[in-house]
Amino acid sequence: MPRLVFLGKLEDIAGTAELTVAPGPVEQILATLDRALAIELLGEKVRMALNGSLITDMGGVTLREGDELAFLPPVSGG
Amino acid sequence: MADVRLETALDPVAEIAAFNARYATSGGIVTFLGQVREGGGVEALELKHYGPMTLPGMTDLARITQLRWPLDGLLIVHRHGVMHPGDPIVLVAAAARHRRDAFAAADFAMDHLKSESWFWKREKTATGWRWIEPRPEDHEDLERWR
Repeated sequence: MPRLVFLGKLEDIAGTAELTVAPGPVEQILATLDRALAIELLGEKVRMALNGSLITDMGGVTLREGDELAFLPPVSGG
Repeated sequence: MADVRLETALDPVAEIAAFNARYATSGGIVTFLGQVREGGGVEALELKHYGPMTLPGMTDLARITQLRWPLDGLLIVHRHGVMHPGDPIVLVAAAARHRRDAFAAADFAMDHLKSESWFWKREKTATGWRWIEPRPEDHEDLERWR
């Protein structure tokens, strides 16, 4: 099954670091999530990475078996 | 040539001694240590990373740093996990034939570690844990290199 991964404060909002979801288009998967969480995930400062590579647009992205889609809020390291 | 690591523990004295010994023929070595600040009511700090991206991003940063300055060696060690005031967080060391290259390379690497590396930080105070938002200054620091 594909996985969604939530980094930083998104983990707290989601209440979990990872969520296993049914395969399918990302838009459809997000529509099944809690609405408040989906709004945070779609925030303009949140970036997305599919299997470790940044993607600029989720349009047309379909998650398949074993895929990992990470939601990355602004970093604050060092 | 670059030594880039993501660790749960960091011994700056041992790392710096080993790095200096490895580059005994370099004319200049600059080391930077970032540590958890004491005061401000912060009891603990946690840095989270993302396995598929954090270390690969740091490795890429080291590669770019070495393309930009003629270095004999470069060390980047960054911790993740829970840390306390006084604990080391990040160590950068750059060895070069001439000091200016070493200063600039360490400065460049740190600015990019602070604002572009995949780390998320939260602090614990008496009121609980709080995620730290990026500071505008971190992005201004990056502009110096563009």
